[in-house]
Amino acid sequence: MISLSFAVTFVSSLAVAPLYLSIINKTKAFFAGRQGPPLLQPYIDIWKLLNKGAVYSKTTTSILFVSPVIGLGCLIIATAFLPVGRTPSIFAFDGDFIVLAYLFALMRFFFIIAALDTGSSFEGMGASREAYFATLTEVAFILGLAAMAKKTGTLCLSGMLTQISGEMWKQSGGILALTASSLFIVLLSECARIPIDDPNTHLELTMIHEVMVLDHSGPDFALIHYLSCLKFWIIGSVLVRMVLPATVHSAWLDQAMVFAAVAGIAVAVGLIESSMARLKLNTVPQLLVGASTLSALALLLGLR
Amino acid sequence: MIPTIKNSKWLPLCDVPVLDPSSWRQVIVQNVREGDRIAALFGCTHNASVPVRLYALLARDGQGTLSVLCTDVEKDYPSLTPECPQAHWFEREIFEQWNIIPQGHQWLKPIRFHAPYASSTKTSPPIGEADFFQLLGNEIHEVAVGPVHAGVIEPGHFRFQCHGEDVYHLEISLGYQHRAIEHSLIGGPNKRTLPYMETLAGDTTVGHTTAYCQLVESLAGCTVSSPLLRLRAIALECERLANHIGDLGALAGDVGFLPTASFCGRIRGDFLNLTAELCGSRLGRGFIRPGGVAFELDTSAFHGICERLTSVSHDARSAIDLLWNTASVVARFENTGTLSQAAARDLGLVGLAARASGVKIDVRKDFPCGAYADEPFPVQWGEKGDVYSRAYLRWLEILQSIHFIIDKQERFVPNAVQTQIGNLQPSSLAVSLVEGWRGEICHVGLTDDQGKFAHYKIIDPSFHNWFGLAMAMRNQLISDFPLCNKSFNLSYCGHDL
Repeated sequence: MISLSFAVTFVSSLAVAPLYLSIINKTKAFFAGRQGPPLLQPYIDIWKLLNKGAVYSKTTTSILFVSPVIGLGCLIIATAFLPVGRTPSIFAFDGDFIVLAYLFALMRFFFIIAALDTGSSFEGMGASREAYFATLTEVAFILGLAAMAKKTGTLCLSGMLTQISGEMWKQSGGILALTASSLFIVLLSECARIPIDDPNTHLELTMIHEVMVLDHSGPDFALIHYLSCLKFWIIGSVLVRMVLPATVHSAWLDQAMVFAAVAGIAVAVGLIESSMARLKLNTVPQLLVGASTLSALALLLGLR
Repeated sequence: MIPTIKNSKWLPLCDVPVLDPSSWRQVIVQNVREGDRIAALFGCTHNASVPVRLYALLARDGQGTLSVLCTDVEKDYPSLTPECPQAHWFEREIFEQWNIIPQGHQWLKPIRFHAPYASSTKTSPPIGEADFFQLLGNEIHEVAVGPVHAGVIEPGHFRFQCHGEDVYHLEISLGYQHRAIEHSLIGGPNKRTLPYMETLAGDTTVGHTTAYCQLVESLAGCTVSSPLLRLRAIALECERLANHIGDLGALAGDVGFLPTASFCGRIRGDFLNLTAELCGSRLGRGFIRPGGVAFELDTSAFHGICERLTSVSHDARSAIDLLWNTASVVARFENTGTLSQAAARDLGLVGLAARASGVKIDVRKDFPCGAYADEPFPVQWGEKGDVYSRAYLRWLEILQSIHFIIDKQERFVPNAVQTQIGNLQPSSLAVSLVEGWRGEICHVGLTDDQGKFAHYKIIDPSFHNWFGLAMAMRNQLISDFPLCNKSFNLSYCGHDL
């Protein structure tokens, strides 16, 4: 029964992840007074790209080709660590949250060297920005998870995320709120959203994440599209389980609630993108250090 | 004594004093020191006995006078640039077109990469291939952008010298849009002249066509009736409105601020449609004609335009107010791409970019002509010269233009008489200035003894202002370049001609 519900959740997470991108885009379109692209547009884009041929520059090596595949591997493993409803993942083990952080880092490492592999000055610039901002984001992410580990007394991601209850929010809402705020900034940064990055810009000088993948095309680019959706799902569902302690004691319904709540986060991201401008590039680190501070504060409060 | 003329007036070529190169240089340097601006500096060969004659047109903004002086040069002459930086781009143009070397120019290289007009070789250098200013050091890197860009914009090459994210120097290399328009105009006016004027810079159709019409009208000695001049001014202000609102939307888009970006796209369309009401073309093509305008406007149609203008201006206000009221937008605009007043003056910047830096020049005020001569035009200016100043000044000018058009309702007279244009005055020089939405558009026409154009010089505001963008980018983040670029929004084809 557990393995069945795990398998269903795992597969459906992989399947619905691109839908959240659509929800963000629909929200933005609503506030701009437009109709926006159809809900299934991300799937259509991915399908279209999968059916195209890839173009490889002569200066690149197999790194360029391999990096999206490694990225896919990393994120599929990361998805497997997420609990199902209120039941821990069947792959859960102590310390898996560190593995989660390192899976993100491994994926990023390959994207960065793939960008450097192309020898383009834009991609080099993007890679350097990505490396710089990711270093700061990682601190916030790991400290946030450490605060949760301290609070819940478990070192396993599934354990942390399934133990948060309304009771815990009443007792130590401060810690949870701090961690959740920090994780929300981590989500914006990791998924390259406004105010850190602008996913819509076509201006290569201002891009961070997008400029690193300029040389990817066809199926490789489809994978990259898919990976950014999956990343949103992973971080989004971690965040949701923190702020949504309610449980209906049914694995299926609990999981359905998580799916719905991540959609709420997508709407929130869309709202932010409709109401503020992107930060100046040299003030982004201040926001990310701010997120780390929130996480560190949560950890300190938990140690008390 | 140097003769002076007013805007859209002519003088016989024989009245233009021919000085020797060194005193010519001295007079220019002296006058610029006293506050004159170089509005035009160009070479031409309409007289077989002299190799190249260099004309200088100096604008004295406070008095509304233009002085003209020339000199004959053969191979070289002492450069003006060391003492008068605003001449630097003009001198590079003279060097490229006539192979005349301004001795002492510190950075002499082509600006459009075409074959020289007067030379035995007649081959053009490979475009964009020249030495670029370089910064050396271990951690210095060079970023080359263009000529093909990611957006649907015109081609131009940008070379940045960076240290990390900081830009130390930007060099702009243009010429990709060169169509040899000035050369094609020689022997005119003919059937092709007007279409050339309307497409000099597609977004400044009304501005350039008005400048041309003023020029030929002055040479033909014809007076255009004032209701038609008002229609021209209305078209010019409509062009300004559409471009300014489009730029504000694009500025919002560049910082990722969606609401204003989306609204302005639509509102720009509304303003363009007002121009279409005037002449059937959203870009104002086919409206301004020598001797008047091609389409008349009856009173009810004009009242309709004013009503629509009022309702569009409400939409514009609500969309644009969002910009000034959103802290994250203001934070991006303020202190980005600052150009000091001194730099703007030294480089001879014109128009909106100059006014945003506090240089209070505006052709509509300083050299009033047509409908602008009816009453004094209040000039708007900014103070800091940053992206915010340029953006906010656009908004002030939008309000001003709306007011200007609606104000014309009271004195509106329909069905005015078009004037027929006669032959042009032979062997003369005429100057026409128009404040286009980017800034001062300067046309200088020289006629031969048949009254045909012997030389026609066009100076788009972008010609003065591109270097201002390069200066504004110093010590900025390279990621802010698109924002700074958009805040100037200069024309590539207007520069390349």
